[in-house]
Amino acid sequence: MALPSASAVEAPVVELAVATTGGSRVWARLRTHPSAMVGISILALYVVASLLGPLLFRWNPIHQTLSDAFLAASAGHPLGTDDLGRDELVRLMFGARYTLVLGFAAVAIGLAIGVPVGAVSGYFGGWIDLLSQRLTDVVLAFPNILLALALVAVLGVGLTNVIIAIAITSIPIFIRLTRASALSIRELPYVEAARALGVPSAAILFRHVIPNSLAPVIVQASLQLGAAILLAAALGFLGLGVQAPTPEWGSMLGFSRNYIFSDPNLATFPGLAIFGAVLAFNLVGDGLRDALDPRLR
Amino acid sequence: MITYVARRLLVAIPTLLGVATVVFLLMRLLPGDPAVVIAGPQATAEDVERLRHQLGLTLPFWQQYLSFLGRLFHGDLGMSIRTGDPVIREIFTRVPFTATLAFTSLLIAILIGVTAGVIAATKRNSSMDLSISGGAVFGASMPTYWLGLMLIILFAVHLRVLPAGGSDRGPISLVLPAITLALFSTGLIARQTRSAMLEVLGQDFVRTARAKGAARTVVLIRHALRNALLPIVTVIGLQFGTLLGGAVLTETIFAWPGVGRLLVDSIGSRDYPVVQGVVLLLSVSFIAINLITDLLYAYVDPRIRYG
Repeated sequence: MALPSASAVEAPVVELAVATTGGSRVWARLRTHPSAMVGISILALYVVASLLGPLLFRWNPIHQTLSDAFLAASAGHPLGTDDLGRDELVRLMFGARYTLVLGFAAVAIGLAIGVPVGAVSGYFGGWIDLLSQRLTDVVLAFPNILLALALVAVLGVGLTNVIIAIAITSIPIFIRLTRASALSIRELPYVEAARALGVPSAAILFRHVIPNSLAPVIVQASLQLGAAILLAAALGFLGLGVQAPTPEWGSMLGFSRNYIFSDPNLATFPGLAIFGAVLAFNLVGDGLRDALDPRLR
Repeated sequence: MITYVARRLLVAIPTLLGVATVVFLLMRLLPGDPAVVIAGPQATAEDVERLRHQLGLTLPFWQQYLSFLGRLFHGDLGMSIRTGDPVIREIFTRVPFTATLAFTSLLIAILIGVTAGVIAATKRNSSMDLSISGGAVFGASMPTYWLGLMLIILFAVHLRVLPAGGSDRGPISLVLPAITLALFSTGLIARQTRSAMLEVLGQDFVRTARAKGAARTVVLIRHALRNALLPIVTVIGLQFGTLLGGAVLTETIFAWPGVGRLLVDSIGSRDYPVVQGVVLLLSVSFIAINLITDLLYAYVDPRIRYG
């Protein structure tokens, strides 16, 4: 179950596409990319569901009505109810919030640490580079779900710890990618010119090196979002992620296993929701790759 | 070649040491006194004291670390808290199950993935290509654990042709877990094969082979696929990590008595020595397989000369 990331780490560096094409050109290319648009539409649907869910339905996602347990789909409960009589659709809509927050928070932490470390590592080289490279080697030596499981086992379960554990698995990937870009960018004439003009190293790093290394990082961030969601739901599924009664999709799926013979629908919908989210980010990631670097198409 | 192997082995040593250190530190990350946490809420003061002694927690930190590494060298991973057996034995009785599952899945993934990738590349932009490429993205986005449940519902609950779990019905009990575990890797291998083949198919020597009148399949397999193998081997090697990680989930769903399920059970019962041992073992196997993949390059592409 891991992440589509490992192979992308080795991918050729996408040169300077962000800087030379600009955001609007990228958007224009994305708009003509059918699979990217499918991905964006699914995501829009998820965001709307997570915001509107609570307004449209009067049920509370954790409110139990035991007499209503295992109801089949009806006008009142479009997807039926679960083992504790909670409305399945309302829980799924609330679940979108946890999934999106988990994914974005974990990837944001991964980016916030991975990109600067990778840029410094690639731009300056030396012992910093050596140290960060050996550390990423070690972290990447663990299959990511294994590392996340081990971290959750010691940190404890719950939303924050799951985010931390998943962020840690994504940091080395962003370090590797940014470092690879920074290594080639530091040799380019405009960086040399900036150095000759006496621009301080920190300014070169943040104004020139980092912005120009971002193209492959943005693509990876989208794929990594899908991976983070998959991993978070896996932890929830194993009972080691976000805990009940929180309507997190992975833990809903985990509990549904107990009723797989009597009420298989309870397993179908949360899984479909996770699948849709991961698929959406993977499609957007593919679209971004094509939009940022048409040569790789 | 021998110097290359030696150098690669040397480079792996710091990584192995790093992995061992991380695994050692994981135990120290436990909030509070590890002995109290491990002993559990029902433990008496004597239990905790005995455990503290057994875990070597009375020694200075660096001494604990060195003795941990020393014991590792002798294959001693401590004792399971739950069963009292050596962790190494607990793990090795499970290894055959995980190995069988992982290798079967990898075989499925390679056979289907490479075939699909070659077909997609030769019929580029056809509806066949579109459905294979689409299927690959679907496969890579599918939560393993959900796919497993859906397969159980279909084949065990509705059709009643395959067992829902366990390993006591011989090869037939391997079918669902192996398919479940293989899907993700199949998608990635198909994608990689397609793009590698597309690159090679456009090259001069392929056109020359065709011009010579070589049969279509001969050109495809002997000329094109042979030269596209390098990136395919890379992605297959990387899939091992995926499969080892995925085994944790697949084994849990299908009650398959492998190492992954042992890990999940041990986390549940706070059997930390076993958790440590499994994490260590799986990561070391991952490093070893990456090493083997690197060495395979030399066979796949003799142009690579290791100086």
